Amino acid sequence: MFSNRTFNIVVPLISVVLGLLAGALIMLAFGYNPVAGYAAMWNGAFGDAYFLGETVRQVTPYVLSGLAVAFAMRAGLLNIGVEGQVIVGWLAAVWVGTAFGMPPVVHVIVALLAAAVAGSLWGFVPGLLKAKLGVHEVIVTIMMNYIALYLSNSIIRSLMTDGSDRTDNVAETASLAAPWLREITFFSRIHYGFVVALLMAFTMWFVLNKTTRGFELRAVGSNPFASEYSGMKVGRNIIIAMVISGGFAGLAGAMEGLGTFQYASVSSGFTNIGFDGIAVALLGANTAIGVVLAAILFGTLKIGALNMPTEAGVPTELVDIVIALIILFVASGYIIRWAFLKFSKEGK
Amino acid sequence: MGFFEALAIMVSSALVFAAPLIFTAIGGVFSERSGVINIGLEGLMVMGAFVGIVFNLTFADTFGSMTPWISMLAAMVLSAIFALVHAVASISFRADQVVSGVAINFLALGVGLFLTREFYDRGQTDIISQPFYTWDVPLLSDIPILGRMFFENYPSTYLAIAVALIGWFVLFKTSFGLRLRAVGEHPMAADTNGIKVYRMRYIAVMISGAMGGLGGAAYALTVAQAFSQATIVGQGFMSLAAVIFGKWHPLGALGAAIFFGFAQAISINGASWPLLSNIPQVFLLILPYVLTILALAGFIGRAEAPKSLGEPYIKGSR
Repeated sequence: MFSNRTFNIVVPLISVVLGLLAGALIMLAFGYNPVAGYAAMWNGAFGDAYFLGETVRQVTPYVLSGLAVAFAMRAGLLNIGVEGQVIVGWLAAVWVGTAFGMPPVVHVIVALLAAAVAGSLWGFVPGLLKAKLGVHEVIVTIMMNYIALYLSNSIIRSLMTDGSDRTDNVAETASLAAPWLREITFFSRIHYGFVVALLMAFTMWFVLNKTTRGFELRAVGSNPFASEYSGMKVGRNIIIAMVISGGFAGLAGAMEGLGTFQYASVSSGFTNIGFDGIAVALLGANTAIGVVLAAILFGTLKIGALNMPTEAGVPTELVDIVIALIILFVASGYIIRWAFLKFSKEGK
Repeated sequence: MGFFEALAIMVSSALVFAAPLIFTAIGGVFSERSGVINIGLEGLMVMGAFVGIVFNLTFADTFGSMTPWISMLAAMVLSAIFALVHAVASISFRADQVVSGVAINFLALGVGLFLTREFYDRGQTDIISQPFYTWDVPLLSDIPILGRMFFENYPSTYLAIAVALIGWFVLFKTSFGLRLRAVGEHPMAADTNGIKVYRMRYIAVMISGAMGGLGGAAYALTVAQAFSQATIVGQGFMSLAAVIFGKWHPLGALGAAIFFGFAQAISINGASWPLLSNIPQVFLLILPYVLTILALAGFIGRAEAPKSLGEPYIKGSR
């Protein structure tokens, strides 16, 4: 009666509703007005042009990090290393943006490519280890995250600057800044990156659904043994999947490096763009369009939450709880499916 | 500062940093040996650190010098309960164990920081007034060099090493441990022999919660002495690395945790030590992670995971 396709839509929707409901209950329990809380969030995300611009800015890297996780997932790989790939992509983009002089357009494209290549390299290592030695990609990618964080900090401090905590701004030719968009959004940090993100979402859909390579990747993801038996090279597909996934992640870093911040800085902790990408991909059922929609939702929640303390007195962190619960509900899709089938049967 | 004196201080501070990792890694060994991946160790430590600090701040006047111990107990109990979320999702609801673990990490930090703002109106708590103080073991601490090295440490450090030994005994010398390992290797065979697979896995995940809670609290009550977003940043993942580097064996995990403790101590204090001050800090920082990858790749002996790690057990399936 219900196809898998229906459930791919129904489960995330129910999860989001349950997550928001749980958030409302928590607000009630701590003596806040949930309606006021969510109204504050809505205003904080869409209230005026400035907030709208900031929301778009937040959604942009989420789309790309979500695509990164989703792409690997379609090939049966869980890329927890998106975080590290974002960091090296960010660094590479800013390096090209600050160290070289190039004509406009060319410069920004080279910087974006550098970010994608850096992310790809960071994805290549776990891909290679998985394909050749069967090492589980989850642990390797977690380790690669920390290596990326510390290496990048060290490179910023000792190679790109003289012991300073942040690099110079990238050259104007390499910047993704969109002055006219900034102006009409009351100087939010919105930039052209969203065009890149949407283009990549289309690319992922095209590669996975319209090319032989994409078919092979999906085949390897759903049954590596059958794929091997029918003559596909499983190892090669694993490496390719990780490289492309890392490329998306690197671009997510470039969005921050060339768009939002225009520089790279020493950081004591993670950006969380990559980890949030796991949530985005999961909610988007690992499809390109799903990822875009889920990124819009999570970007809205994150930016809207910043307005909750001032307008409704609710701590921003409520949103982190809501997002965590949404992930738990989506992951437990089996039980939602079960409940859904049971109730719809009894209804008859 | 003489060489031996420097070495003694180095070993001693390595043990301080190792203790939280030891607790948590032992918990990780239990969970993974029963077949449940636990990426959520980080979140369990966050929960332990949060509960430990809040309990300590609230009851410092009531319990006086016993406060840190009771805080540890509270952190252990509440983190074990918190781990139930992971257990229910990944064992009963058959959620992807890695994804559920990731969610646990988000959830713990979200809950911890939300409540910190609720209770203290700020992003971080006050500094606790009743932390653990170092305790000199009578007689043993009088031994020259070795005394300074091993026997002038926090009580929680001694407890961590004891927990690792107890963990080894339970896992390999009791029938409970045998059952737990059986469930992780071949749940169907275990089920056929009358072992309750789900119950064993629930217990194992809750043990990992309790241990992760102890680990987080041990770090919070010795090194950090307050709770904020920056209290637990990666110690949980490092414990996970210790589980794998230690080849899913409690004593291996103990050794790996101490080794990682060394790396951390060196990266934080290394600049002031002779010989080490010439090595760029970044190499010391990334060393544990690089070594873990090498260990996984089989360059440092092959690490074999429990056979059914990561697979939900579905009764009646073949």
